[in-house]
Amino acid sequence: MPELLQLTVDGVALSAAIEPDRTLLRVLRDDLGRTGTKEGCDDSECGACMVLIDGRPVNSCSYLALQAAGCEVTTVEGLAGVEALHPLQRAFLEGGGIQCGFCTPGMLISAVALLARDPDPSEDAIRDGLAGNLCRCTGYQPIVRAVQRAAAEMRGETA
Amino acid sequence: MTTRFAAPTTIEAALAILSADRDARPVAGGTDLVVAARQGRKPLPASIVAIDRIAELAQHGVSDRALVLGGLTTHDWIASSADVAAIWAALADAASIIGSPATRATGTIGGNLMNASPAAETTGPLIVLGANVMLRAIGRGSRIVPVEGLAVAPGRTVASADELLTTVIVPPQPENSGSAYVRLEYRRAMEIAVVGAAARVTLSDDGRIAAARIALTSVAPTVVRAPEAEAALASGTADPSTFRAAAEAAAAAAQPIDDVRASAEYRRAMLVVVVARTLAAAVARARGEAIPMPASRWAHGQEV
Repeated sequence: MPELLQLTVDGVALSAAIEPDRTLLRVLRDDLGRTGTKEGCDDSECGACMVLIDGRPVNSCSYLALQAAGCEVTTVEGLAGVEALHPLQRAFLEGGGIQCGFCTPGMLISAVALLARDPDPSEDAIRDGLAGNLCRCTGYQPIVRAVQRAAAEMRGETA
Repeated sequence: MTTRFAAPTTIEAALAILSADRDARPVAGGTDLVVAARQGRKPLPASIVAIDRIAELAQHGVSDRALVLGGLTTHDWIASSADVAAIWAALADAASIIGSPATRATGTIGGNLMNASPAAETTGPLIVLGANVMLRAIGRGSRIVPVEGLAVAPGRTVASADELLTTVIVPPQPENSGSAYVRLEYRRAMEIAVVGAAARVTLSDDGRIAAARIALTSVAPTVVRAPEAEAALASGTADPSTFRAAAEAAAAAAQPIDDVRASAEYRRAMLVVVVARTLAAAVARARGEAIPMPASRWAHGQEV
């Protein structure tokens, strides 16, 4: 029996009638048209599907969509403002933190979660914060530098 | 195929469903249950009871000097609690290396225990720290089960299908004791133990070993105590040669298996190293020395 799922995605109230075994990733992509969030491994190894649920990082490929009922879901599509990219997005772009780009949505979401709890992370803390996200291009160095640069900007320091 | 879904907000309502619906199984964070389904290892249950909205199960803190954790307590909370790091260090060592930040933010202590993996990170620490769990069912009330007796086989516990783990209780720890959990890992994140060991060591006033409890991870169908190693430590001097003798006793008695992650021979050889380093970390903490969290990172490359 389909159940009615109501939730907020990137500030927009949405609903869908879904079967209870559907994952949040599939509902975001197939029912709600939010394809910014990617499917990599589909079993919680790679982090490409990372979203925030009420601010907490979650692998959406392995999370039942109905468990997000009533919650505030943030995807990569909700990071930019109307006029400007999020500082993390800009730092990834300008610093070459993107190669093929497939891991980028998950990397960005994990970085947002990290900086929310630690605005001034050490390099080790950044690597720990992104430890659930794999980049198959192995472009980790510029990704770590981009997080450092965005963190400095978000703290109000000039880059 | 899953046809039924409920998200009760009280323990009583969850227990009523588990009692009435024989197919019903609880899910908290889903970091084991849903991942296993995605990997094709085990289909989702026909009926899912999502317990993550039950506020009473999410309570946690220190009460009457014991650590009392509702089943929904996340690994993240445990890993960042100053009380857990100071008094129940082995548990913090384990919680802080589970999966990734997302796994720790979503995965729960109750799920980790009830999933009953032989590689479960928190089980060994809870065994050596003497923890109990409360299992509750409708019509029968609560019963207390030691963590040591909870798992009976991979993926199976003594709990019946209508019972829910509500609380984990970790008692106050003895004076002059220290604990640690160390695992052998191929990578730092999204990893499970190739082998692991938890230990709690209590020192006597003259610095000798008064008592020790050791539990081993990933060397048997469940996480197990190592009585041979504990006996080898009894009344011994707290030095590397004693740690090594105990570690060799643990490895001699262990019955690891070959699988895709390691051969039995390699597991046995590495168990000697891991147990010795775990004991070194636990003894150092018992002496009041600061061993950084998680002890697994500290242990890497130690000469013990």
